[in-house]
Order: sequence, then C-alpha cells, then structure tokens
Amino acid sequence: MWEYSEKVKEHFYNPRNAGAVADANAVGEVGSISCGDALRLTLKVDPDSERITEAGFQTFGCGSAIASSSALTEIVRGLTLDEALKVSNQDIADFLEGLPPEKMHCSVMGREALAAAVANYRGEVWEDDHEEGDLVCKCFAVDAVMIENVVRENRLSSVEEVTNYTKAGGSCGACHEGIEDILTRVMAERGEAFVPAGKAAAKPGKPAGMTNLERIRLIEKTIEELRPQLQADHGDIELVDIDGKTIYVRMIGACNGCQLAGATLGGVQQRLVEVLGEFVRVVPATPAQAYATRS
Amino acid sequence: MEPIYLDNNATTQVDPQVVDTMLPFFTEQFGNPSSMHSFGDRVGRAIKQARAQVQALLGAEHDSEIIFTSCGTESDSTAILSALRAQPERREIITTVVEHPAVLTLCEQLEKDGYTVHRLEVDSRGRLNLDAYRALLSERTAIVSVMWANNESGTIFPVERMAQMAAEAGVMFHTDAVQAVGRLPIKLRETAIDMLSLSGHKLHAPKGVGVLYLRRGTRFRPLLRGGHQERGRRAGTENTAAIVALGKAAELAMEHMDEENTRVRALRDRLEDGILAQVPYAFVTGDLDSRLPNTASIAFEYIEGEAILLLLNKAGIAASSGSACTSGSLEPSHVMRAMGIPYTAAHGTVRFSLSRYNTAEEIERVIEAVPPIMANLRRLSPYWGADGPVTEPEKAFAPTYA
Repeated sequence: MWEYSEKVKEHFYNPRNAGAVADANAVGEVGSISCGDALRLTLKVDPDSERITEAGFQTFGCGSAIASSSALTEIVRGLTLDEALKVSNQDIADFLEGLPPEKMHCSVMGREALAAAVANYRGEVWEDDHEEGDLVCKCFAVDAVMIENVVRENRLSSVEEVTNYTKAGGSCGACHEGIEDILTRVMAERGEAFVPAGKAAAKPGKPAGMTNLERIRLIEKTIEELRPQLQADHGDIELVDIDGKTIYVRMIGACNGCQLAGATLGGVQQRLVEVLGEFVRVVPATPAQAYATRS
Repeated sequence: MEPIYLDNNATTQVDPQVVDTMLPFFTEQFGNPSSMHSFGDRVGRAIKQARAQVQALLGAEHDSEIIFTSCGTESDSTAILSALRAQPERREIITTVVEHPAVLTLCEQLEKDGYTVHRLEVDSRGRLNLDAYRALLSERTAIVSVMWANNESGTIFPVERMAQMAAEAGVMFHTDAVQAVGRLPIKLRETAIDMLSLSGHKLHAPKGVGVLYLRRGTRFRPLLRGGHQERGRRAGTENTAAIVALGKAAELAMEHMDEENTRVRALRDRLEDGILAQVPYAFVTGDLDSRLPNTASIAFEYIEGEAILLLLNKAGIAASSGSACTSGSLEPSHVMRAMGIPYTAAHGTVRFSLSRYNTAEEIERVIEAVPPIMANLRRLSPYWGADGPVTEPEKAFAPTYA
C-alpha cells in the first residue's frame, strides 16, 4: 500500500469543493496518461479584482489525485489569478504533507489544471510543456522521459553522468539497470554503443594495514606537500587534529577569511582521500582546538 | 467488525492445520534431511511424505517429478531457462500477452538476449485463438509457456489441449498454474504437460515455497547447481518447514476441491449478481464460461480502482485492482487492455477473489457496502452527471493529456 500522509487521507475521504462551480467563468481540463487520471477544475473569477471567489473540482483518479484536487481548490480560493499562477505542484504536495514519489504527478496535474483554467479565462490556449514517462528512480522521482532527454541533449554516456545531471540512481542504485537500458537506446540513436563501467577497481596504492602513527604521518606529509602552493598565494595551512575520519586544519595568512577557503579545503580533502584510500572530511578547526594545540 | 478478506489470488491465509504441521520443523525437527543420522532422517521422511501429497494433488505419475523450489517465479524461470539451455538450437518461445510478470518480464529479457518471443493475443473475453497458436508451433520453438488460469480475470486456458498440440509438434510445454492448483482438479499423468509451476501461498501454505513439476523424461538443466538436493535438479538446503506445510496444504486442497467448485463458486456468483443488480455501468470481465470458481473481476466504469480500494479498505474489505495507480506503472492492467476494455473501465477494475474461509454473511456485507462507495466516487467524476454518465462521456470531457 502507498504511504499516504494523514492529510492526503483526510482530503480523500472528505474532499473539499467537489463538483462543478455553477456559472464558472474559468475551466481547466487536463489529464495525465500515467495513472489515467483526469481533472476538470472550474473557477469563478471576479472580473474587477481577478480574484478567485469559488473553486470546484471533478476528478477521475486515484486517492492522491482526488486529494491533490481538493487541496488545489482550497489553496487557490481567494487568490488573484497572478497569485494563483505562482502556486507550484510542490506547494500542493506540501499542503498535503507530502506525496509518495510515484504520486507526485498528481500534484503536477493539479498545477496544470490551474494553468489551463487561467488560460481559459484569459482567452489564451494552454499548452502542456512536459511529457511523463515511467518512473525509473524511485528515490528521487525521476522518470524515463526526463532521463532520455537529458542523455540526448548532453550526450551522456554513463550511469554516473546521469546521476550527476538528474540525481537518478544516486541513492539505492536499484534502477541502474533501467538507466543502462536508456543509455543503450539513446546512445544507439547517435551511433554509439553503451559501454558499462564494470565494477570499479580498487584504488591502486592504497596503503593497507597502516598503523595509526603511519596514517598520521601520511596526513602530515600530504599537507606539507600542499603548503608551497598555498604559500605562493600568500596563505598557509596547518594540521590541528585528527579525529577518526575528520581532519581539522587551520587556514593562515591570505587563506584566512578568503572566499575561496572552502574550495581550497575541498581540494585538500580530495588529495587526502586519494592518498589515504579512504573517505575523510577536512574541516576548519574551532578556535578552541586551535588554541589547545598551540598552548 | 472483522475485516473481510477477498484477495485470495494475491495470497491466502495459512490453514491452522498447516501451521500445526509445520511448527515442529522449527524446533525439535531441525535436522538437515541430507544428514546421515536420525535428526536428518526424520526430516527426510517428512519431505518424502510432502512430495507424495503434492504428487497426489497434481495427479502426477511419479513422486520424483515433484521438485520443491522457493516460489512460483523460481519455478517459471527454471522451466523456461531449462528448455532454452537444453535445446540451444531452438530460439523461439510462445507465450500469451496476459501472462504473469514472472513469465512476461523474463521473456522481455530473453528478447534482449536474442530470442524470439511470440505472444498470443486474447479476445474481448480473454480467450486465445488456437489456430494462431498452431501456426506458430515449429521446430524452432524451444518452449510454450501458457498460464492455466489468469490471476486477474480468472479465465481458464485450454492448457491440456494446447499441451497435446505442442507434443504433436515435438515442442515442450510449460504452464504457470499457481492460480489453478487447489481450485481445479488436475491429473497431470493424463496430460501432455511437461512442466508446471505452483506456489504454496496461493493454496493456504506459507510463502517461500513452490513446486516445479517436471515430467519424467523431459530434458532438464537446473537453474541452481550445487548439492544433490531434489536429485541435483534444485540445489540448496531444503526449506523443510515450508515443504512439509505445502504437503499438508495439498492434502487439504484435495479434501476441499468440491467445496471450491460448489459453495465458494455459489458465493462468488451471489457477489457478482448482488453488486451488478445495484451498481449500473459495471460488468464482469473474462470468460464467463470458463473461469476460476473463486474469482470475480468487475469493471466499474468512470471511476478509478485505487480510489475504490481505499474506500473498500476503510469499510473493512480487502480486494485488488488492475488500475495503474496500485502498481505505480503507467498503464492499467495489461490483462484488461489485452481484452480491449476501454481505459475508463480498465482503470476501475476490481478483483474479488474468494477462498473456503469466506462466508455467506461476509458476501452480503460486501454487497451492501459496495454501491454507496461507487456512487460517492462517481459524484466526483467528470464523466458522471446527475444520475448517470454524461451524454457522450468521451466527448463531453476530453482533457488535454500530458
């Protein structure tokens, strides 16, 4: 079963503003192929103030589609059309205290019905600007159409790149096979073959079985080697303390207060991760730590 | 009020007698049946008995034709992959568009690996065209895999006849019978079926145990190799408690076979009649002349299945739906679409599947609860007017589809 919030259930069991508004002067009708949901939103707009005085919905759809429609009517009542157009699908989801990733499209449908109704009132033609596909990454709710487009537009060729561009596949990793299928298909369009990365080889030269002392010396030595670069920019760095995976340093001279200090720390961290063959974090030492080491 | 369980095609309650039978195998009967001592020997004998009980339920000629597996899906994969490995020169598979994902998804993967998959279509009642089937059988066919009964509509396929046709063409025949075993009398020794899959939890045994029936003489290649369990055809230490439980469940299924086809069938018919008499714009899907006695698949037009299930659940009634929303996929049930049922009805399909545990009183409660739920949802539907569908619903409401 879906994990629906109490608010979703409440709006599904007791929907607000169900039914069409009599003498409505703005109507939006949209559907989402996924789930086969469809929604008709009817609004009564005061012509002088352009304020929405009444809103009603008719929905063919699942629990969260009905709840999203109900939430939408509650949100937009009393807003001007311009204010209403600023309502995002995330606002609808937030109003309902969240939706499952597979159900986010229900809130998108609500947002689209609203845009369609406003366009209808203004005598414009609303055009849908996105297409939905099968949900591939459930952790970050990324669908196949989005991945396909991103792979095509940016000529991506690896799962890692897809993750960097879309977040898809960046968490549990269960969808990597699906992402590889999309890469294979889209890369074939441009005449390339998808080559899987294979299992990442262990980093060579990882010092195995270092003692604590050896590890500390290696960290010290690595930081020493980085100092000349910083000194060239009239800065400096000093090792303050090591606490497991966290390495405390102090930025000195021009580095202290420099806006690029964060980037510099990132570079130091990257170098240490490579040398140690393990993940470590490099962070600025607190003044108390810095003082303790000097006294 | 006690909730009413009408989702027995999804899974069934483990029979209390089955639970009693299996419990000692978690405690004092913990031995490994392969061991050369009395601890193992006792468990080995219990498995032998379970094998005989399953053999009886299937009407198999030999008990060695019964291979215990972990589930129906494993049995399906083992059967199909075995046929392909045993006959590498044969590169085609025949199946149907309405199979369970355990077969369909495997076939999709095999297509990517270069095999050709023929999927037989069904008509509006879910029936196959046997002439089209006959035309596909050839020396290129490695295996035919056709379900005995459909999990969604309950439609029964003529697998005995189809197996005979395959045999005459020299082609192996497998059937996924997880919905049929225990609900329909089966005598495999009188058929030409080479392989059959069953699943314990569909017939009041626990989850995590299944069977692959393998006719003696059928060429076979195991999925799992390793120890000598199941005569080397399915390696891995036996799930002893579940196997013993499945044996007991098979015995009970034999005892209750008549009841399934008389009392349970009558309850199902009463449920359908009671609902259809009160709810307009609803119809039964599947082959009314040939279907499981426990399954009622009803399409409610102009409303959506997940919303129906949520309201049924609130009323203490457990059922399931072919709507896309309940599965998180794009399309409504592939079975309903294959029968050409329009989207506005396919999304509103609800499956009520009964078991011998259901009572007439429960069915009356469901008949009472269903009509107001459908009326409530239709009041919200853009396809519904004051007291019926709007005139020309598809034209009156034609949203812009994203």
